[in-house]
Amino acid sequence: MTDTTADTQAHRPAWRGLIGFNLLTAILLGIGGFYLGAWIGGKMAVGHDYLIGTDQNDVGIFMGFLFGSIGWLAGLGFFNYPLQRLVGRAPLSAAAEEDMYVVPDATVAQHEGGIGRYFRLTTDHKVVGIQYFFGVGIFFFIGGLNAMLIRTELLTPHEKAWPAGQYISLVGLHGTMMIMMTSAFILGPFGNYLVPLMIGARRLAFPRIEAFTFWLVPLAGLVLLSAIAWNGFPTGWTGYAPLADQARAGMDAYIFAFILIAISLTLVGINLLTTILTMRAPGLTWGRLPIFVWGVLATSFLAALAAPVLVATMLMGLMDRAANTSYFISSGGGSPYLYENLFWFFGHPEVYILALPGFGIVLEILPVFARKPLWGYRLAVAGMLGVAFLSFLVWQHHLFVSGMNASLRPFYMLTTELISIPTGFIFLNAMGTLWRGRIRYTVPMLFALAFFFNFLIGGLSGIFLSDVPSDVTTHGSYFVMAHFHYTIMGGLVFAFFAATYYWLPKMTGVTLNETLGKIHFWLAFVFFNLTFFPLFAAGFLDMPRRVSTYAPWLQPLNDFVSASAYVLGFSMLIFVANLIWSLVFVRQPAAENPWMSRSLEWQVPTPVPVHNFERIPVITAGPYEYGVPNAQPVADFGAGGLAVAGK
Amino acid sequence: MEAARSRAPRHGLGILWIWIVLSAIAIPLVIFVLGPHLPPGKMSSESTDQTNANIVMTALLTPIILIVLVYFVYSLIVFRASGDTVEDGEPIRGHGPTQLLWIVLTSVIVLSLAFWGSYTLVQSAKGAGGGQGPSPAFKPTGSKAALPIQVIGQQWNWTFRFPTYHAFETRELEIPVHRLVAFHVTSIDVTHSFWAYELGVKADAVPGVDNVAYVTPRKLGRFMIRCAELCGLWHGHMAVHGRVVSDSAFQAWAAKEQVLNRQIIPYLGPYQRVYVPEPKHRAG
Repeated sequence: MTDTTADTQAHRPAWRGLIGFNLLTAILLGIGGFYLGAWIGGKMAVGHDYLIGTDQNDVGIFMGFLFGSIGWLAGLGFFNYPLQRLVGRAPLSAAAEEDMYVVPDATVAQHEGGIGRYFRLTTDHKVVGIQYFFGVGIFFFIGGLNAMLIRTELLTPHEKAWPAGQYISLVGLHGTMMIMMTSAFILGPFGNYLVPLMIGARRLAFPRIEAFTFWLVPLAGLVLLSAIAWNGFPTGWTGYAPLADQARAGMDAYIFAFILIAISLTLVGINLLTTILTMRAPGLTWGRLPIFVWGVLATSFLAALAAPVLVATMLMGLMDRAANTSYFISSGGGSPYLYENLFWFFGHPEVYILALPGFGIVLEILPVFARKPLWGYRLAVAGMLGVAFLSFLVWQHHLFVSGMNASLRPFYMLTTELISIPTGFIFLNAMGTLWRGRIRYTVPMLFALAFFFNFLIGGLSGIFLSDVPSDVTTHGSYFVMAHFHYTIMGGLVFAFFAATYYWLPKMTGVTLNETLGKIHFWLAFVFFNLTFFPLFAAGFLDMPRRVSTYAPWLQPLNDFVSASAYVLGFSMLIFVANLIWSLVFVRQPAAENPWMSRSLEWQVPTPVPVHNFERIPVITAGPYEYGVPNAQPVADFGAGGLAVAGK
Repeated sequence: MEAARSRAPRHGLGILWIWIVLSAIAIPLVIFVLGPHLPPGKMSSESTDQTNANIVMTALLTPIILIVLVYFVYSLIVFRASGDTVEDGEPIRGHGPTQLLWIVLTSVIVLSLAFWGSYTLVQSAKGAGGGQGPSPAFKPTGSKAALPIQVIGQQWNWTFRFPTYHAFETRELEIPVHRLVAFHVTSIDVTHSFWAYELGVKADAVPGVDNVAYVTPRKLGRFMIRCAELCGLWHGHMAVHGRVVSDSAFQAWAAKEQVLNRQIIPYLGPYQRVYVPEPKHRAG
């Protein structure tokens, strides 16, 4: 079957390749669906605009987004399989479908599909990983560009570069884009790509759901960007009611995009959780599980439990806007506090959804380049699970001055400060692993080490915010902003780059340029700190977040920050240049195991074959046995299987 | 192996000494040089408590940051691989006593911070200047006799109302020194946050909610009022100055404002703890 398709493809003109279930069809059907839905919604709710006192019909806009999303998914072919099953045509035998180790023929065919497979629905976890990498990367750069525009406005203490409305939209877009996209920043590319390889599986538990979770991400990004057409939204990424209820139609885009992302995040969590719990290769005991997989496990647990709350919250906001309910509106008997509680009940686990996989990545990388076993493996696992558990108990520290009942403040102060104990474990693991190691300074190692510096400052500045007396001063100021940029940008994004330089050779089969990588690292590290450290001072000196104007005497400080931010942004361009240069022009093939890692994912050939493993390997030792005398090879790949590199 | 083991404590001692020396230099610098500049200053008893909290925490975090940094820098220099050959280090998987010590130390620091923070909040600063909602859990002594001042947030301005002075309304805020003030913060549209920086007061202005924050000013002078919760287009413009004045000056000012207000008081609505916002309308 594959042969005949290849034959016909050779005779077809190039444009015929564009027809079929792919991204182009999805965009066309999505746009068509939007206008159809908007028209139906407009007919459904005649007079809604009059009732609300606006010229916009939110019902129509939400219906447009809904129909557009259905069109997008139909264009990608998500309904083919269910419809085939519905009319009685089973694409796979029932037995094959049950077998978790079988890679379906359809997946194999997709894997052979050349560059076009990245623009289609595919159930190959390796293709989805690469799709995530570039998909999320593009939105990350749009969010970064917004940050540059924000810093441009803040060069002067008065509105100058952008009108106030545009500035507030930029702030909202930057925050929302970054939070939405970075939720999938590590779970998406690296979780999807590496978890099956690390646990000795051939696929994820639910490959079609995996594809679904990816294609919701660009959809959510496009829906969010469509807010620009209605002049954005004024609420920042938190979308507090009643400001959200007062805002114009850009808010609808924010709500709908967050619903899509939250659905995606929930399903990613369930998918990875099931995979890790049920599909580990024989011999891969919990004590041998790579620490990155533990990080993914803890994160998936958070994502599966926290993200549904966001869907519910956003649906209530949607009803408030479109159906005149008043969940969050005081004058109608609702309460803005309901929104704040629900949002932060999701929102605080969310920040650990961002941070935990970063912990996993840096602890995965340190042993390889210190050539030592991971120090205190169990402590690291306990740390991650402890952070995951505690993160559900701390959300009201965002609301210390909100006017909710104050009796519980000591409790939230305690739980918030307790979270620094398991976080401290991760630092102890890193310190123990470096002790008497043979440390090699490769680019991934540099990024991993920088993670610890940044997260140290980010984490400890959080102590100020957890302490109520201090939080009364720092809440809502630039101090908070500097704090979470240190943890998310300095933590997650640096871990992301560590992972990128570390695993991209395996994922793409191409080595990234090391000199450019080092220039990228040093510029990013130095100017990240020069950008965000002064902002702690700005917060202490009475500068609130999200303002376009500020006290004139703070201008030198802000100008310095803006200048540093531009260099930080420039360093990201060096990364992009490195990516294009190495992937497109030089294409220096990567060694199978360039870092001499013992971990399972490095023992498979490059590029990774579609079945991952000829036979399911039997795990015989832990992944971090560096320097252990007579250490067993990490896995037995079976007779006629793959040679085992490393020691 | 034996030689390596006997060498091991030397690294530890080296790190310890560097850390002790650096901490001995840094902690006094933090307390005596940086400390006096830490916000929000000492204009009220609440802000004094916050400033002390900030000084203590900065001083406490300094040695913690230093030990991690010293350790990292020392290890990264001393334990770096030489040459191009990749060789493995010693397979140390962990060290029980070190882990236990770390857990105990971090737990002690964290628990004492939480205890001390709670003590400040509940006992010494009584709410620490933060908004506590309509029925405050932590009331300063004499809270019944506090001077009530209503703070009304709206897009994009602050209005102050003095219920004990015939509910006159002003756009400027003056408060008497050495007298407990109860800010009743509320909003008539979206959520704002009343932030009197030097006074150490921050309380969200939420529509339909009477959010109370206590403060006792101790020094005369001007303080800055800002909005600390994103409230739309001109969020950054909700900045005005307030003044702490002597009691007699305050009474004179209040009397003058009441005279000025006499003409508009009939048109102002009656004083209420909260105001039901207008029916919703989408703004620009």
